[in-house]
Amino acid sequence: MSLISISLIFFFYISALIFISGLSYKIIQYWKTPAPLKIPIAPSALDKKGVFLRYFREIFLFASLFKANKWTWLFGWSFHLALVLLFFRHLVYFWPGEVPSILYKTEPLKYAAYPLIFGLLGLLGRRLFVDRVRYISAPSDFLMLIVFIFIASTGMIMTFANNHPNLLMVKNFASGLITFNWSELPGEIIFLLHIFPVFCLIAIFPISKLLHAPGIFFSPTLNQVDNARKKRHLSDWASKKEDDLK
Amino acid sequence: MSTDNQIKLPTYVETPSIRRDSMAGDGPFKASVEIQNNLGFPGEKVDNWQEVAINKMAETKSKYKSVQVFLDSCMKCGACTDKCHYFLGTADPKNMPVARQDLFRSVYRRHFTFAGKYFPRLVGAKDLDEEMLDDWYNYFHQCSQCRRCAVFCPSGIDTAEISMAAREVMNVIGVGQKYTNQILGKVKKIGNNLGMPEPALKDTLLDLEEEIKDDTGVDVKLPIDIENSEVLMVSPSADFFAEPHIDGLIGYAKVFHESGVSWTLSSYASEAANFGMFIGNYDVMREGALRIRKAALDLNVKRVIIGECGHAWRVAYSFWNTLSGIGGGAEDEYALRLQDQLDSNYPQPQHMIEFTYDLIKNNKLTFEKSNNDHRVVTFHDSCNVARGSNMGDIENGQFILPREVIKAACNNFIDMPKNTIKSATFCCGGGAGLLTDDLIDLRIKGAKPRMHALRKSEQESGVNTLAAICAICKSQFSKVLPNYDFDPYMVVSVHQLVSDAIVLKKT
Repeated sequence: MSLISISLIFFFYISALIFISGLSYKIIQYWKTPAPLKIPIAPSALDKKGVFLRYFREIFLFASLFKANKWTWLFGWSFHLALVLLFFRHLVYFWPGEVPSILYKTEPLKYAAYPLIFGLLGLLGRRLFVDRVRYISAPSDFLMLIVFIFIASTGMIMTFANNHPNLLMVKNFASGLITFNWSELPGEIIFLLHIFPVFCLIAIFPISKLLHAPGIFFSPTLNQVDNARKKRHLSDWASKKEDDLK
Repeated sequence: MSTDNQIKLPTYVETPSIRRDSMAGDGPFKASVEIQNNLGFPGEKVDNWQEVAINKMAETKSKYKSVQVFLDSCMKCGACTDKCHYFLGTADPKNMPVARQDLFRSVYRRHFTFAGKYFPRLVGAKDLDEEMLDDWYNYFHQCSQCRRCAVFCPSGIDTAEISMAAREVMNVIGVGQKYTNQILGKVKKIGNNLGMPEPALKDTLLDLEEEIKDDTGVDVKLPIDIENSEVLMVSPSADFFAEPHIDGLIGYAKVFHESGVSWTLSSYASEAANFGMFIGNYDVMREGALRIRKAALDLNVKRVIIGECGHAWRVAYSFWNTLSGIGGGAEDEYALRLQDQLDSNYPQPQHMIEFTYDLIKNNKLTFEKSNNDHRVVTFHDSCNVARGSNMGDIENGQFILPREVIKAACNNFIDMPKNTIKSATFCCGGGAGLLTDDLIDLRIKGAKPRMHALRKSEQESGVNTLAAICAICKSQFSKVLPNYDFDPYMVVSVHQLVSDAIVLKKT
């Protein structure tokens, strides 16, 4: 096997390890940190069903962002939706063993690349040209978008500009990562350029702003039921203060 | 460029281009040694303040899920950047909610994250140095913790939580704000924000009884420290002396009189306001709540009702059950000692608006609405009520109930533009410990979005009365309205409207 294949395979496992251990650490941290006070934000949910519906609106529709800014919503929502669709499109490569027939029908999903790049360029445009957004942007915020744009572009060049790498090799390489049955990386450099930054993103997920993905589920403003008068809410450290009063 | 007084229609407030450092400065007056020590904080900035601050940050983020999660999950989308009234009024970019959080977040990143430790410039991580601390003090006292930004954040990030955490860290290193901490000292010593002692309070109430008698010919009482009353009424102490607040207090008294429900104020717990929330200190906030608990137990009341005060209602509605067991549904012995005494047929605590609303719905009150016909009323949703509480335990009750009470007492009610009310309401500009003269410039500028909306309603619908249910809003508006060419006396308590229209039974 070529050195570059070995290096990339090695890098993938390092990234995956950082991803799994780092993300687990953060999720456990979020889970365990107490929320001593009830701080739901209006329009707050009066019961658990309301909280569920609220998350549905936030996760699938970006409801708050829609209220906040229509352009950011359009770019952000297109980008995220396209990302999900393209994930499903890519499953066919990673699927170990016999591929379910439904995954062969995902080919039209490749067109999600257009809303993806549209959203990314829009978000980059806002960072560059809206003075408020430019002010709050750190170099890493630009870099993150540029990396995504790079991944999207290389993917589109392979798919739409007739630069397909050897798909059988792609399939063997990608599913080999999952099954620990490693095989050679396809020779086309464009494939390498596409997949390397993806591995980078996997690695930096738990140490970057990509943490907004798990974070939203732990936001007390969103996940708390607004029932403070009806049910006593007490965290461990706060309840200890009452020991001397009992 | 528009000046403060010039109103451009049809947009209410244009989003300004950023003007760096336009609100740079030293911030509000700092608390003296005595004021700080009184609350158990160091009197002066401690020698190893950086170390103490970083340790306090670590402690705070381990005790508050909000702080830990919010520091990590901002993706810098910019949704909040044009939502803060202080940014809209000042154009200082550090008044954009995300930029305000970033003052704290950049230090968090530097000291607590891998990327910030090894690649600080890449991710905007910064050391906590003198300059940063000055920015903290200045800009975390340009936040009224109104939470408007949080309504629009796709991650639910609430700048108020960060602002409270930052003020807590500053207090712990000995850098406190004079106004807030001085007031907290008065509550601790005397029982109310004004430092009004018991005899003065009792005199005031007697004067008010006489005033009502002269006006109406009816003996309406303002009882205090009466054991075994049905209701303990806790109102902001501004209701005892400030205009227009005091007319609201008269309104409560008339409503209680008509209801036939016995009620009492407490000289021990003569303050609904709880500035402990503003400085993010759980113990100080709890101490305030425990005074109410003690008064409720000592006076052996069945219900606790809160007067018109915005953050007090948030603390009472959302926090009291946690802090001191004033509420319902507890299973522990400590809270049950009080909750077994309280009448579980009613929500505990209740807002005065809820009490009046229930009476109106049950046709227990009679109004001569034409008494308010000289008024065209609009309602300012106070931020803490609007975004941090509920009323009536129905969805959006905190918006519905006050409006229904106003409409029961007035013929002419008009809402301000849709994006400036209810959950999107603009802060008055004086909340969270900023209602002090040393911040008057900020207060005037911060009121701008609300003033623009009011001007639009004045021009389109002839609005001449601004009703509110928050002591801070009322004081702030009375002060800044003239700067926008409005009559300062157009501010009223909702219960003043009730008071002016209610028909008292001549018994």
